Amino acid sequence: MAKTTHRRLAALALSATLAGLPVSGLAEDLKLGLMAPATTLDPHFTNAGQNLALSAHFFDTLVTTDADGKFIPGLAESWKIIDDTTWEFRLREAQFSDGTPLTAEDVKWSINRPATIKSSTASLTIYTKAIAKMEIVDDRTLRVITEKPYPLLLPDLSNIAILSKKAADGLLTEDFRTGKGVVGTGPYELVSYDPENRVVMKANDDFWGGKPDWDNVELRFLPNDSARLSALLSGNVDAIENVPSTALASLRSNAAFSVEEKTSYRFVFLFLDSGRETTPGAMANDGSALDSNPLADVRVRQAINLAINRDAIAARLMEGLAHPTTNIVLKSMDGYVDALQPTYDPERAKELLAEAGYPEGFRLNFHATNNRLMNDAKVSQAVAQMLTRVGIRTTLDSVPFSVITTRYSQGEISSAMMSWPVPTSEASFPFRALIACADKERGWGLVNWGHYCNPELDAMMAEALTVMEPAKRADALEAAVAVIGAEMPIVPLYFQVSTWAARDGINIAARADERTSARIFSTSE
Amino acid sequence: MLSFLVRRLFGGSLVIFVTVTLVFFSVFVLANPVDVLMSNTTDPAEREAAIARLGLDRPVFEQYFHFLWNAAHGDFGNSFVYGKPAVEVIAERLPATLELGLLAIAASVIIGVPLGFVAGMKPQSPFSKAIMTGSIFGFSVPYFWAGLMLISVFAVQLNWLPSGGRGPTTSFVGLNWSLTSLEGLSYLVMPALTLALYKISLIVRVTETSARTVNRQDYVRTAHARGVPPARVAVVHVFKNAILPVITVLGIEFGTIIAYSVSVETVFSYPGMGKLLIDSVINSDRPVIIAYVCMTSFIFVTANFLVDLIYAVLDPRVRQSISGT
Repeated sequence: MAKTTHRRLAALALSATLAGLPVSGLAEDLKLGLMAPATTLDPHFTNAGQNLALSAHFFDTLVTTDADGKFIPGLAESWKIIDDTTWEFRLREAQFSDGTPLTAEDVKWSINRPATIKSSTASLTIYTKAIAKMEIVDDRTLRVITEKPYPLLLPDLSNIAILSKKAADGLLTEDFRTGKGVVGTGPYELVSYDPENRVVMKANDDFWGGKPDWDNVELRFLPNDSARLSALLSGNVDAIENVPSTALASLRSNAAFSVEEKTSYRFVFLFLDSGRETTPGAMANDGSALDSNPLADVRVRQAINLAINRDAIAARLMEGLAHPTTNIVLKSMDGYVDALQPTYDPERAKELLAEAGYPEGFRLNFHATNNRLMNDAKVSQAVAQMLTRVGIRTTLDSVPFSVITTRYSQGEISSAMMSWPVPTSEASFPFRALIACADKERGWGLVNWGHYCNPELDAMMAEALTVMEPAKRADALEAAVAVIGAEMPIVPLYFQVSTWAARDGINIAARADERTSARIFSTSE
Repeated sequence: MLSFLVRRLFGGSLVIFVTVTLVFFSVFVLANPVDVLMSNTTDPAEREAAIARLGLDRPVFEQYFHFLWNAAHGDFGNSFVYGKPAVEVIAERLPATLELGLLAIAASVIIGVPLGFVAGMKPQSPFSKAIMTGSIFGFSVPYFWAGLMLISVFAVQLNWLPSGGRGPTTSFVGLNWSLTSLEGLSYLVMPALTLALYKISLIVRVTETSARTVNRQDYVRTAHARGVPPARVAVVHVFKNAILPVITVLGIEFGTIIAYSVSVETVFSYPGMGKLLIDSVINSDRPVIIAYVCMTSFIFVTANFLVDLIYAVLDPRVRQSISGT
């Protein structure tokens, strides 16, 4: 009843507009329901996905990624590698929303800016520290010189927003609150910012990429799953990210909405404490201490790998929103090994345990988050049951993320379920953080909760990272990942699948990088 | 009167001081903020620098005295998450919660007091019995369920009201308010109603009990015997006396609404302060947690203090005992 009235009113308004005004195209507005509010408008403050997703409306980066995570031109229309340490970027002709043209000086200044922000707890300097210096060749040409050969410069630069030096010079992060300094080359201009509530923006008609798809965009932050879903169902917003998995089936069968999904670059895996002589969470079946750490035996780690039925988890617990894997990258990325395919073989797992000297299994404490990943509480329960079925009597400790990190720093973690993204689209990124020997100097193995250390493997990766030629580097990475598959320092489970839903008439360009912005939505007319 | 004020002021400050001290030491049992906040890939050197900058490398007691000194100067430190003063982070969310709380309290007074009073005056009438039965229902329905039902009926099915979040705001005295427009108000209706459902029932029950008790007092019977018109007895003799406990409850409930409307805020994804507290605990954002607790204990103490003052105004006996001491 109410709906029909609304429609009639809308039709009336529509015909009135068409009759009375010169047809200049109706205003197309997009209201977007997002999960996490950005903490600030300053794009250089913190390395958090939701902040970088918001800044993509106002700002561009030199290099950007396509839907699959391939690096494509952003503000740099082209680049070439002059020698192993020198990259030359050619800027496109673009102008900031205040009308001033983009120059190499703005780019140089923006790349230097993260290092000047001292109050950040997750500084973006991890993306700029490889750069030794920058040289301005002319107004539209910039040379970036790295200290050592550094093939990951493009992924790094895809995170650094380019600001107008004129508008933002001298501003602190606090100053951005009022919208000061938010002068970029991106498709939208800021209209108003109400933290935690909504961000309103309008099209930047001078955008270098042509007229943006939407005249006005409003982002609304709706962290609660059911609140976000009902906002879409009731028409309060036109599109949402992270559709609750329980609602997927009904939305898919509803013609008034469209749903898109894409395998994301985030994979879920198990840490196994293989590096310590003894591990606090592994005990004999009677609860007494074991002489040695069972997880140090590669056969035990392989047994755990074979004991987990990833397809069942993907189909039953994740409603298809999981892509089972034993790789640490997606197929489209560098370092993917085709031969590593998930296998479920509990009988073989039992044999391996027996060969390793645990015919009766052992007891294991297993930690998992309950507020961090999609369905993490349910999946970790299933994993614990599957391990118990092959003889590893697993006790699950399901805790908030903050608790799990604290337990780790106190040395209490023997096994844990965590996730990691692959924003560089190549295998060295997860390897360096999760598997490499802990080495503070080099910044490797900083999140190596399994205490795994294999110097030969480290050397293979380090070698791969000096190869500037892409195809050769991919081969070197594959060789290293094959070793990981045999050694199982971590046990990859699946890549998460991201979802979006919109009302009918809106196209969704689903992305692998979990970043939702108005840029991925367009009208289908 | 003055000595009463001074004593209450001193007592109130002591309560705030003790609460804040307890909270300060208990947040150290929580997760280490650096573990939670630092991007895992952060350079170890930078990590050390950040720890030093946040003052987290110093002994607990030193941090405590440092905190007290700054707090005495009105500085609760910068939020680890938002990178700006904790007080500012809270102030940004204060209007959202105040609007919600005030609407809910207003609804519970406007609806709850008359209903409860009627039920207390005429406990035997079927209407009163219906009110009391209804209040049990309002009492027992959990917030999240009531909220979800309202959303599914009024937002998803009927499309009358927005399903959640906060309406567009306008800036006034440096803070963002949404009560200023009809659209803003429409976002508040359902969350306020959900919150009020329990409060109304509570106020109904308190008013009813209180009115019924007062109604049996000798002075009420005397008034009736003296031939005072029943309406006058009801208002002057019963209502004025019956309302006192209601005011006490309201004072406490107001504090509760400001500080702990978390479940309603969660169901409606309403960006209020309760949600801020939960998020801050999850992120180990210590300055915000401490400033928050400091502020809520201040609100509770103030609300109680105001209740005492109102008591003094309404009840001559209280007034006398205050000036007598």
